[in-house]
Amino acid sequence: MNWLTNLVRPKIRALVDKQDVPDNLWTKCPKCDSMLFHRDIANNDNICTSCDYHMKIDVITRLKILFDNGEYTRIECPTVKDDPLKFKDLKKYKDRLKDAQQKTGEKDALMVAKGTIGGIPTIIAAFDFRFMGGSMGAAVGDGLLTAANLAVEENAAFITVPASGGARMQESMISLMQMPRSVIAVEKVKQAGLPYIVLLTDPTTGGVSASFAMLGDIHIAEPAAQICFAGRRVIQETIREELPEGFQTAEYLLEHGMVDMIVHRKDLNSEIGKVLGLLRPNKAQPSK
Amino acid sequence: MLNFEKPLLELESKITELQRMSNDNDNDSNIDDALKNLRDKADRMLEKTYTSLTAQQKVMVARHPARPHFSNYIKGLITDFTPLAGDRFFSEDPALIAGIGRFKDQPCVIIGQEKGHDTASRIHHNFGMPRPEGYRKAQRLMDIASRFNLPVITLVDTAGAYPGIGAEERGQSEAIAKSIESCLRCTTPIISVIIGEGGSGGAVAIATANRVLMLEHSIYSVISPEGCASILWRSSDYAKEAAEALKLTAQDLKELNIIDEIIPEPIGGAHRFPQKTIESVGIAIEKSLEQLVGQDSETIRTNRENRFINIGS
Repeated sequence: MNWLTNLVRPKIRALVDKQDVPDNLWTKCPKCDSMLFHRDIANNDNICTSCDYHMKIDVITRLKILFDNGEYTRIECPTVKDDPLKFKDLKKYKDRLKDAQQKTGEKDALMVAKGTIGGIPTIIAAFDFRFMGGSMGAAVGDGLLTAANLAVEENAAFITVPASGGARMQESMISLMQMPRSVIAVEKVKQAGLPYIVLLTDPTTGGVSASFAMLGDIHIAEPAAQICFAGRRVIQETIREELPEGFQTAEYLLEHGMVDMIVHRKDLNSEIGKVLGLLRPNKAQPSK
Repeated sequence: MLNFEKPLLELESKITELQRMSNDNDNDSNIDDALKNLRDKADRMLEKTYTSLTAQQKVMVARHPARPHFSNYIKGLITDFTPLAGDRFFSEDPALIAGIGRFKDQPCVIIGQEKGHDTASRIHHNFGMPRPEGYRKAQRLMDIASRFNLPVITLVDTAGAYPGIGAEERGQSEAIAKSIESCLRCTTPIISVIIGEGGSGGAVAIATANRVLMLEHSIYSVISPEGCASILWRSSDYAKEAAEALKLTAQDLKELNIIDEIIPEPIGGAHRFPQKTIESVGIAIEKSLEQLVGQDSETIRTNRENRFINIGS
């Protein structure tokens, strides 16, 4: 310790730091490293203006992109018991929940809404990745059941949009039980003869991909989205081998027969609208 | 050896030694008395240890290599067992065994993971971690169960579905999801017993059942305590804390109404008394079957669905 480290370095750092741009104005594209101005990418649905990479997107924008004219009505999801297990790791689950609720202004990681796509009445259940990594706990399971029941009730198409790291560990076995529960939800839609479409977005992994997300009549993926059961690190630790290039990306899954098509974010409304129009002719509502 | 059993094992080796002395010295009442004392002490210690196992100790017992595995239960409980191989798409997966057989005169479908009992068989069975083919074979068998009106017994014992390149390539997620769906669509009763480790999606894939039973010292969890610790505590050294927090024991899960029944193990655990344990499992399955066989298929399906819908509410 001397005056050089204590005094001069911090001052130099302060000088350098000042020149750094505030991180809320500029975003670096994770793929091509271009610096993107926030307004430019916001106007471009969070797609890199230089390399077309699809970055993560907040759930409200997601719904606006998917529904006709960006119009939809939100559906309340049932309230569940907070923190049924009194789970505590380095932090209390209760506090993690509160933080996530404050950050997103939402109760949990699933948002349900109704509207039309291509004129066809549709219920969407979309994940908010910012809410604890879009992890699936009891609230998400209940939300999916609510959404599916509503689709059956209103004779509407059903779309899920996972963006999730998988099970919510802090709900432990209650979270694992959402796998069968979510399958029950989509099963109700299928039994009613209604189309069930999954829009796989980045990321769709673990208990979410191994349940309702792989049971669609049609699987649509966003470009380059990570879709898998086990994460890269877990696989690498198990097999101690290098993983192939592009492993677990949407393109890789398309090649291996797990998704039907990859659709550019800007084409989602028209493409899904087309598909629904084919599966449900004569169900389109007259446009206002 | 389980580290918490060390004092017990020391005591047991003393007993063996004394036993030898007693055999060498006929009718030495001193030795016989000491022997009796030690045996009583060992019994008390065993009982004390096994009635107060911590969550982490249960994890160790549940994974004990000498615990009876799928094949032992088949030998003990099923006659005419006819394993059926292959998923009809890609290959046969020895990590998940499925077949038809007779349980107390009742023909049924039996499905479960097999961990193996020595190095060669563990490798052959991939340590009980199924690949997608295993779950697709399970789906095939669920269909057979519905078509021929056979109840399904599943014995769950896996650390989880196998995380590998091939498994991902061939759709591990899809295979597990469809397997859950097959369970839900099955028109005959499904009874699942967690006999050792119930590892996450790889377990629930065949445990979406009408009745879910757990052996007293088995575990059922969304993630291994080691995995959970390394993610949430950022170090697998906290596996003990994670095991507690995850509430993965049969007792916790009964409390949470996630499982229906705990099957008691003999004092000292299934690895000490495999035969007795297998018998208890048989009795518990028989009891559950009696309640379910004969119900019409719609009731069976709806009740199974409601069992899961009502969890957590």
